[in-house]
Amino acid sequence: MASQQREGFSVPASISHAALGQVTTKSLGVKYNCAQCASSFSLGKNDAIRCKDCGHRVIYKARTRRMVQFEAR
Amino acid sequence: MGDNIVGIEYNRVTNASSTDFPGHSSSEDNSWDIEKFKDQFDIQISYITERTANFDLVNIDTSISNAFRRIMIAEVPSVAAEAVYMFMNTSVIQDEVLAHRIGLIPLKIDPDLLNWVDKTQDENERYTEENTVVLSLDVVCSKNTHAPKNSTNPKELYKNAHVYAKDLKFEPQGNQAERFKNSPVVASDPDILLAKLRPGQEISLRAHCVLGIGSDHAKFSPVATASYRLMPVIDIKEPIKGSSAKRFQKCFPSGVIAINNNGEAYVKDARKDTVSREVLRHDEFDGKVKLGRKRDHFIFNVESTGAMSPEEIFFKSVRVLKNKAQYLRNCPISQ
Repeated sequence: MASQQREGFSVPASISHAALGQVTTKSLGVKYNCAQCASSFSLGKNDAIRCKDCGHRVIYKARTRRMVQFEAR
Repeated sequence: MGDNIVGIEYNRVTNASSTDFPGHSSSEDNSWDIEKFKDQFDIQISYITERTANFDLVNIDTSISNAFRRIMIAEVPSVAAEAVYMFMNTSVIQDEVLAHRIGLIPLKIDPDLLNWVDKTQDENERYTEENTVVLSLDVVCSKNTHAPKNSTNPKELYKNAHVYAKDLKFEPQGNQAERFKNSPVVASDPDILLAKLRPGQEISLRAHCVLGIGSDHAKFSPVATASYRLMPVIDIKEPIKGSSAKRFQKCFPSGVIAINNNGEAYVKDARKDTVSREVLRHDEFDGKVKLGRKRDHFIFNVESTGAMSPEEIFFKSVRVLKNKAQYLRNCPISQ
């Protein structure tokens, strides 16, 4: 889904989505990890806070791959 | 006893400071003379291994030998990780703690192959292939599907459960592959444990290693220990014979005191003595023995962290002291 969008800019058919405050892209790229089964998945806006594999209700936000600098002292 | 002997009594030391300096007494000159020093000074090497050197400096003043010791610890440059760039760390060990641990790992990098980082330069241009070595650490832990049944050993159950210093991999920049061809960049002690992982956990980072000195941070110190002790002196005043000699022998580490054919104790190797003063606790030897240390005989023990040989560290300390003296001589105040 993400690769399709990246192919080029396409003029939106209508601006009603933005006006309604709806997000058409379901995945924002934020990954979550299940606290029970450790599976990785992403959640949409209206999805229940639940693991997609085991249904556990405790999930963690995964760490991003953004670089952090530290002094080795 | 001679006047260059520090006396060791049961509860105190005597005669601890030297007196052979100009102006101390009107009868002696005692001014420092290079020819006299050349004539008297001696180095006796006990052993030199890859990591440790044990040698004696004889007929040298405390101020000079202590300067060597301090320079070896704090002012001989060596290479250590200075900046750690963390891309991913989902292990239980925190980012800053892991960065600190990586900084403390002794690296086998010849300091002569790197230049100093110019701190006056802009931060973006400061680090070049001439002054920085990049190490990378990329480990992901996973389940070992071929683990033996009923095993509880994490090393068998998981792959990459333990992250060691040897997992740090050299990433040559520019001409570094050519420059470090003869001395591969590795951790000098490969089995230092950095972190423990469980399946799904990952560490991915780059460490930038630069030159530094021990007075800035202990990780830059090229020695694990650099220390000296004074040569012990055991002076037997009255003959100690028979069973008393056996007991006398027991007061010292083995090899220090021997007993001759007449059953009389004599000092075989005072250098092995730890100067525990055990002999002074026994009334039987009261007044029969005098313990001391030679004030101008230094027994050095230098232990390298692996980047340089221990004798090279000592030679470099001499060079640093020489440069300091030369700098002082060129200062306008000395004229």
